[in-house]
Amino acid sequence: MRVLYGLWDADRPRRGLELAAERAAATGDDLVVAVLAPGDRSPGEGLVADARETLTAAGLEPDVRALSGDPAGRLVALAEREGFDRIVLGGGGRSPMGKVEIDPVVQAVLMSSSVTVTVIREP
Amino acid sequence: MTGDRTRVYPDEPAGPFEAPPRTVEDRADRTVEFRAVDEDRTEDLVAMYRAFDPSDRAQGIPPVGEERIREWVEQLLDEGVNVVARHDGGTVGHATLVPDAPTDADSHELAIFVLGDYQGAGIGTELLRTLLGEGARQGVDRVWLTVEPWNKPAIRVYEKVGFEPSGNDRFEREYSIRLA
Repeated sequence: MRVLYGLWDADRPRRGLELAAERAAATGDDLVVAVLAPGDRSPGEGLVADARETLTAAGLEPDVRALSGDPAGRLVALAEREGFDRIVLGGGGRSPMGKVEIDPVVQAVLMSSSVTVTVIREP
Repeated sequence: MTGDRTRVYPDEPAGPFEAPPRTVEDRADRTVEFRAVDEDRTEDLVAMYRAFDPSDRAQGIPPVGEERIREWVEQLLDEGVNVVARHDGGTVGHATLVPDAPTDADSHELAIFVLGDYQGAGIGTELLRTLLGEGARQGVDRVWLTVEPWNKPAIRVYEKVGFEPSGNDRFEREYSIRLA
């Protein structure tokens, strides 16, 4: 299976990519990471380097792409264009009260993707 | 992603709201008592949430299972402002304000729960008002909440009490109110 992980600044839980990398290492899935930059910013170098490090630590060959522009739109377009089987996202945060929150990037991906989407939640 | 939000509060404070203790007759002629609670009432709240209908859960709370319920209740009682509704010796409703720590301790998130048999009798509205009274008494200035867009009965109650859309809708609707 080909899996595309979308990573951005507000991504939560922080361990999301680590979990996805461990799973890909165990199943033999191809895992590609797209580092997204909400707004007009370009994707942070730090985030790209962190992603490469996380993939390498899990024993994977790092394939990390930096995407500028509307994060959800760019991510879904990449997944559909390159025939990915699944998009995986963090963004499963909680409010001070403990209410489950849906990050706006996650919401936009869920509502626009024809590719199956998995959202990683904090326990 | 609370920290990223641009939340607008009404210009004018709502209320005043009466602080607990209060006693009110509900629409089913039941005498319901509202009082502020702290850690001493942990077990009463755990019992209430264990009896909570799973179909009335919203946005992942209350948690499921006694251990996770107790952990959550302890956190609310430790950090927040808490008011319960009691009838016939049992806790039938609970409303809470939790501070947006650490970014903004002046602003609090609100949630409210009423057991199924006690819904639709005006208890939620009075519980909400009493919680806001207790919050104002304790110096809480600003309160916000999110609600699922299909939860019309809850939205009607929030609007009746003085909450206004905060301009920050996502999947959930978000409302805010100013107490001072």
